Amino acid sequence: MNVPGSMTTLRARVREALGKAPVRRNFRAAMDGIRAKRAAALPDATDFAQRRARAAAIRARALARLPELLERLEQRLEANGIQVHWAEDATQANAIVLDLLHRAGARSVIKGKSMVSEETGLNDALGEAGVAVVESDLGEYIVQLAGEPPSHIVAPAIHKNRHEVAALFQAHHPQREATEDIEGLTAEARQVLRRRFAQADAGISGVNFLVAETGTLVLVENEGNGRLSTSAPPLHIAITGIEKVIERLDELPPLLDLLTRSATGQPITTYVNFISGPRRADELDGPREVHLVLLDNGRARIHADPLFADTLRCIRCGSCINHCPVYVQVGGHAYGSVYPGPIGALLEPQRLGLEAGGSLTSACTLCGACGDVCPVAIPLPGLINQLRAEGVEPRPDSPLPDAGRLRHRGEALLWRLWATIYAHPHRYRWLARLLTALRRLAPRRLGAWTRWREAPRPAARDLHRPGARSGVLR
Amino acid sequence: MNEARDHILKRLRTVRREAPDTGAPSPATGADGETLIARFRAALEAVRGEVHRLRDGDWVGWLARELPARGVGNLLAGTGEIGHTLQAHPIPGVTLHRYDRPVEDWKDALFDHIDAGITGCRGAIAATGSLILWPGPEEPRLLSLVPPLHIVLLDAANLHADLATAIRSQGWAQGLPTNALLITGPSKTADIEQTLTWGIHGPRELVVLILG
Amino acid sequence: MTKETHEIYVFGTCLIDLLRPEAGMAALRLLERAGFRPLFPQAQSCCGQPAFNSGYRHEARAVARAQLAAFARELPVVVPSASCAGMIRNHWPALFAGEPEEAQARALAARTFELCEFLDRAGLVLQDRGESVRVALHHSCSARRETRTTASAERLLEQLSGVECLAPAHAEECCGFGGTFAIKQDALSAAMADSKCDAVLATSAERLLSQDAGCLLHLQGRLAQRGDTLPVQHIAEFLWERIA
Repeated sequence: MNVPGSMTTLRARVREALGKAPVRRNFRAAMDGIRAKRAAALPDATDFAQRRARAAAIRARALARLPELLERLEQRLEANGIQVHWAEDATQANAIVLDLLHRAGARSVIKGKSMVSEETGLNDALGEAGVAVVESDLGEYIVQLAGEPPSHIVAPAIHKNRHEVAALFQAHHPQREATEDIEGLTAEARQVLRRRFAQADAGISGVNFLVAETGTLVLVENEGNGRLSTSAPPLHIAITGIEKVIERLDELPPLLDLLTRSATGQPITTYVNFISGPRRADELDGPREVHLVLLDNGRARIHADPLFADTLRCIRCGSCINHCPVYVQVGGHAYGSVYPGPIGALLEPQRLGLEAGGSLTSACTLCGACGDVCPVAIPLPGLINQLRAEGVEPRPDSPLPDAGRLRHRGEALLWRLWATIYAHPHRYRWLARLLTALRRLAPRRLGAWTRWREAPRPAARDLHRPGARSGVLR
Repeated sequence: MNEARDHILKRLRTVRREAPDTGAPSPATGADGETLIARFRAALEAVRGEVHRLRDGDWVGWLARELPARGVGNLLAGTGEIGHTLQAHPIPGVTLHRYDRPVEDWKDALFDHIDAGITGCRGAIAATGSLILWPGPEEPRLLSLVPPLHIVLLDAANLHADLATAIRSQGWAQGLPTNALLITGPSKTADIEQTLTWGIHGPRELVVLILG
Repeated sequence: MTKETHEIYVFGTCLIDLLRPEAGMAALRLLERAGFRPLFPQAQSCCGQPAFNSGYRHEARAVARAQLAAFARELPVVVPSASCAGMIRNHWPALFAGEPEEAQARALAARTFELCEFLDRAGLVLQDRGESVRVALHHSCSARRETRTTASAERLLEQLSGVECLAPAHAEECCGFGGTFAIKQDALSAAMADSKCDAVLATSAERLLSQDAGCLLHLQGRLAQRGDTLPVQHIAEFLWERIA
């Protein structure tokens, strides 16, 4: 499973990513395009502010009533014939899916897009159990062929250009005529995957929203692979996080609208799929069984934390990622986590613990671009900053795993020294006088700063100067 | 895994939080039928949907002209009224297939040999150019999905301003079918270089015939 | 009350104090020109942001507390840095939540202004005496999002008849300073600086301006190491230079 790891490993991955000029160009071009589309789809700031206030309230209300909504959802789903399974962690979730596949005798699986299944490492678990899994979202298919994790939660293969995709396709579909043309590559994927849809024993998908009122799984997508994965094979297993539930169907339109506009700048995706049951006796197609796996994997713990519960409002549009100035430089793989970018820096340390995930909070300048575009108004920069505090100066009752474990003696000592000087005017004045007096002796090398930049030199006189020019200064 | 269920729900119940008010759903914008149709057409055409306005009974004639010209040799229809009508008015050069048996009996043929599928719909949404489909026994799910060309008959009287209005006026909350759908254009992807490309897994073309 | 007697505080910020005092002096003079009587409390040091953004809330609070004492009178506090103004305005209330100084911090937050914002609101009239020049204004993220004062800076520059203000590509994107980010993720920070420098150099700007000394320090240091000679200046210095 993907874990960001220590600062050292994160920095190494960042350096590696920064060295890949072609990949960086791919990200720059892709992010420029996607930001322009989002801006065109949400042109009015006031209108956006109103809409996101409503969306945020809908999500917050659902989270405030999460246990009762989940119970109502379960009851409605079961009444509709959809079987509900609960998993506390990745291992349980994968075991549930494997068991369902075994019981159905399913040997081949076609998958729609699901970030939650990336979170559980489902493909590896299925592969180890001898189940053949094929990703059917074009981007997911490309990264699967490349043996890579997705580099973006909405556009998994955004780091690859057409030439790289062409080379992959040629290696994996040697019988087909080589092409570097995007339409040609798309047509090739259509042909190759069509057989897989027709032959798969089971389909596995994610879910965008769960509607408690009607017992419905809502999936949005453009390709039709989500519909095919969930309606062509005889068995459909959906897997999603427990936070995805909303109470009523009439709460869906405002969320749906902001999700697609924020994600890709579309007013709506090509397909919005409402699944409320398996094939009925009189129906001629559709899966005979539909299962929903509800995954906790740390979400209930996050839910209980008053400081960070807003994290769960996320609807996975990826807009924060698209607007992140760090992500655009290094791309998703540099983070080493399932969820990259700002939402990754916020979610992963909570999910995995600060020791395994906390380093991600350093890959953020707190510039605030993410918070501005979030369609459910998650205060991302503030919460990421708060996480940094939990790493070094946690609340006494912090429920975060490894709270306080990122405190290093040397760094803590430096900050204490800093505060000892800066909180005392006379000490600070003394420091200022010392620095300005000895400015010519100021070091030209200042560790990591001067690895990339020239060192600043203290001024000859600081700004604390009595009786300057006009006599206004005291 | 009832144990997991209980553990998760127990963890979730450790906090009680104030549930904020979400405000009233935005009221539907009042617009007359022709305005809705114009909006629907513009929105759908923006995502490469093809829209034609026909008089009620003219759709069979339209198909008879267009399908052979578009190279459609095998047309799939459901077991409802549309299929009956087509059976009664055969189109020269076009073989009509009916989706009248479980998909397992003919999956390969469905995936490999059908050129076009025709369905009705429950209405449409003007704001986004979306068709509302409730597949069922007469018009199964894959009829609108597997054939490369999807033709939809839409009654001009069944247009709604937006999704919220459609959900409300069609009473979705009172009961949904096993599968309900919004379709807005042909299948598409932008997964390679963010370049929009049409016709990936679903239909390559979507034709809407607005009747009346 | 007339402007002549209108006393205000200036919070000079630690970076300007030790590294760019000329920007602080320019700010004081601009405020004087606008009809105010700026007071510069000698007991001031830093808003606490470096520690706050590194997770060291306790240390940030200790330093911020000292400023509460230094700016005790009920006067507006003008800050020639969007990021320090933003820190005081947006984060001090939370930093002091539940502390004895909470009310004091809230009150101070409510009377804190970024320099351009304050001058713009005060209606400072600028008479340009300089030769024509093309500048690029780097909007810091703090000016753009924390204090929302980019328009104020633009309006002040617009008053200058000889100044043409150019917008570099990706102007809305962070320059990669980010306080301790510049050291903890130094390579990343430098890559972001390079993108920013390239974009600015691609315009025909003869000077790079900003409302924030932090961004300037970072960009100037990077430009110098790259061997680029584009002059870099705090907006206060530039404004004063044009009208003096």
